[in-house]
Amino acid sequence: MTKPIIQFKHVQKSFGANQVIPDLNFTINQGELVTILGSSGSGKTTTLKMINGLWQPSAGQVLIDGQPIDQLDLVQLRRHMGYVVQQIGLFPHMTIAENIAVVPKMLGWDQERIQQRVNELLELVQLDPTKYAHRYPNQLSGGQQQRIGVARALAVNPPYVLFDEPFGALDAVTRLELQKEVKRIHESLQDKTFLFVTHDINEALYLGQRVMVMNKGQIEQFATPEDIVTQPATSFVKELLGTQQQNRDLWRQYHD
Amino acid sequence: MIDYWNANWSTMVVDMQQHLAMVLASLGIALMIAIVLIALLMRRPNWLNGLVYFFSLLYSVPSFAFFAMLLPISGLGMRSAIIVLTVYCEYVLLRTFITGIQGIDPALVEVAQGMGMTRRQAFMKVQLPLALPAIFSGLQVALASMMGIATIAATINAGGLGQLLFEGLQTQQTVPLLWGTILTIALTLICAGVLKMIEWALTHRWKAALAKN
Repeated sequence: MTKPIIQFKHVQKSFGANQVIPDLNFTINQGELVTILGSSGSGKTTTLKMINGLWQPSAGQVLIDGQPIDQLDLVQLRRHMGYVVQQIGLFPHMTIAENIAVVPKMLGWDQERIQQRVNELLELVQLDPTKYAHRYPNQLSGGQQQRIGVARALAVNPPYVLFDEPFGALDAVTRLELQKEVKRIHESLQDKTFLFVTHDINEALYLGQRVMVMNKGQIEQFATPEDIVTQPATSFVKELLGTQQQNRDLWRQYHD
Repeated sequence: MIDYWNANWSTMVVDMQQHLAMVLASLGIALMIAIVLIALLMRRPNWLNGLVYFFSLLYSVPSFAFFAMLLPISGLGMRSAIIVLTVYCEYVLLRTFITGIQGIDPALVEVAQGMGMTRRQAFMKVQLPLALPAIFSGLQVALASMMGIATIAATINAGGLGQLLFEGLQTQQTVPLLWGTILTIALTLICAGVLKMIEWALTHRWKAALAKN
């Protein structure tokens, strides 16, 4: 049942003299929703970009479905790996329908199938196809744009979807709504592996079936949200949870 | 004025045709060269910068001297004229295209590649279309200046509206000078209008969407 689908083995990454990731090892199983939690500079986005090959590790090995990534055709791999990024990920010169159709078109789907899929996906992310399909990204709100980002990543029903802080720039209410959406979508689709990078501890704990806490290119703890809250493995994780505690205290103080 | 037109309209129409042919041919050739150069050298900004620098040197050569220098190589006539005009165009086009393409958010290009586009697809489907407004403004500048410079080409027997101007100069007549000027301006305006229409057809939909916000 637990089939390792993404594996890092002694992965190292440096940019020039600056070592971002000294030695990274982890395994993600098929069908998991894993969140990677870390502050900026923790190496979380670097890790994500090594999974779709946008960046190559300086040393060590990345295995996708058991195969070393450097032996895979990266272009083909990426077409089967959904990718959602922060904010401006949508192409401003293409309509919503055209944005969603980018990968299906590259895979040579026929027009009818593409259109059907676009409608299906817009309904999945709860936007009315007749109303939105032919608008341009700039005519949508930030939250709606990110829904389209998610829909586009799911276009060809890829076995993996990578999220790179997709909701970072949204207001709290919209963000919560979209988090629920992502969770619902993950539950409704079988065997999809979701990897979600975030710096928001609430987001990480709420979404992740397992949470990978990263700091300075290393994993501080990789466990279920429950374990992280009840048994923080390192002082860094404790500190991180402490900030949450502080927030709660503050909130309580004003509430009473 | 009208008498001159009535007496010479057939030669003047030919002049206009030659003028148009020279300018459009050089603009077309320069456009193709610019796109190929940029597509090939995008990943080597140093080479591209060197090339732009090289063309900027050529651009600073006075057109009259440039025409004269080409005479031993490509002889009198329209061929030399087109070569010179193409070189001038190239500088303007490369400069504006590069600025336009570099102005596109690199994150967008990374997303395109992250979705599985090859470098070429990312260039053709994302960078080039988004750079179209800059590309067209470069074409407009090139067009207007080539219309002017092309008049000098009459000195090397390339024809064009410059013939009217030089005729006016040599015979000290105002009428052909005026006709040459008016026709050059008219031709420029018409071509600029056509360019604008092409640009509009290609970009108005998404640009309108951008402008609303």
